[in-house]
Amino acid sequence: MFKEQIGKRSNRVKNTVERGAVKKFAEAIGDPHPIYVDEETGRRSRYRNNIAPPTFPRIFDYGVIEGLNLPNKGLIHGEQTFRYVRPLLVGEDIYCFSVVKNYFEKKGNFGEMGFLVLESFGEDSSGNNLFSSTSTIVISEAVRKGRTK
Amino acid sequence: MSTLTELQVGGSLKDIQLAPVTRIDLIKYAGASGDFNPIHTIDEEAKKAGLPGIIAHGMWTMGNLSKLFTEYYEEGFIQDFSIRFKGMVFLNDVITLKATLHEKKENKLYFNVQAINQSGNEVLKGKVVYQFY
Repeated sequence: MFKEQIGKRSNRVKNTVERGAVKKFAEAIGDPHPIYVDEETGRRSRYRNNIAPPTFPRIFDYGVIEGLNLPNKGLIHGEQTFRYVRPLLVGEDIYCFSVVKNYFEKKGNFGEMGFLVLESFGEDSSGNNLFSSTSTIVISEAVRKGRTK
Repeated sequence: MSTLTELQVGGSLKDIQLAPVTRIDLIKYAGASGDFNPIHTIDEEAKKAGLPGIIAHGMWTMGNLSKLFTEYYEEGFIQDFSIRFKGMVFLNDVITLKATLHEKKENKLYFNVQAINQSGNEVLKGKVVYQFY
C-alpha cells in the first residue's frame, strides 16, 4: 500500500523564514547564536541578514501527498539528511513540496519493517532549488496493520 | 572567532556536552518544531508506545549537533548534513556532540559527526560536508 505511493508528490506550499520562528527554533536546539537572532550581527555578516539553523526546514509545511496515509503513532525516524545550496535567510519566502522517493520492507527484530523515504524540496520564487532533505521513516509491521492500541 | 581552515585531517572540533535532558527541553522543541508526537513529552503516551519513558525527538539531537559549526558562518556553510538515528535519548541523559575531520578536498571539509550518551553509546551518527566560500 505504501509501495503504490512511490513517485507521488505534494502541492507546493509557500513558507516564510519568520524571524520569531527562527529565534524560537534556535533557542530550542540550544543554539541562540547572534547570526540567527541578532539583527546587527546579521547585517554585518556576509549574508547581510540573519540565517536559519540547518535543521530549521523541519518546521516548514510541505503540502499534502494525496493518498499517503501515515499512521500518526508508532513511526520511527530512522535517517535524516539536508543538502543546501546556501543557508536560508530570515525573511525570505521558500516554496516547499515533498515526494515519496522510495518504500521497501526488510526483516528486522520486530518483524517485517517498512522503510518510507520522503524527499522534500525548498525553492525560491523563481523555482531555483535552495535545499533538499530526505527523511527515512520506519514503520513496524504491527503499526502498518493497525495492530497497536 | 576561530577558523576551520587550519584544522588538519584527524583533528576534531571542540566537543560540546549538553546539560542533562529535561522535559522542558523537549516541550520547547515540540513547540518550536511543530512536532507534537506525545511520546516526546507525555509519560503515559511513551509507555503506551512500549517505551520506558519519554524520548527526545531525533531532530532535537540533530539540531543541537549543528551548533558545533555555527561560529564558522563567515567561512562557509553546512552543505550536507546526514544522520542516522542509532539510539534513544531519555530524560536526564547527558549527550556529547562530536565532529572529526575525515577528509579535505578542494574547498570542502568532510566531517564524521556523532552524539554519544553518558554510557558512551552512540545515539546518532552521520556526516557533515562543510563548504568554504
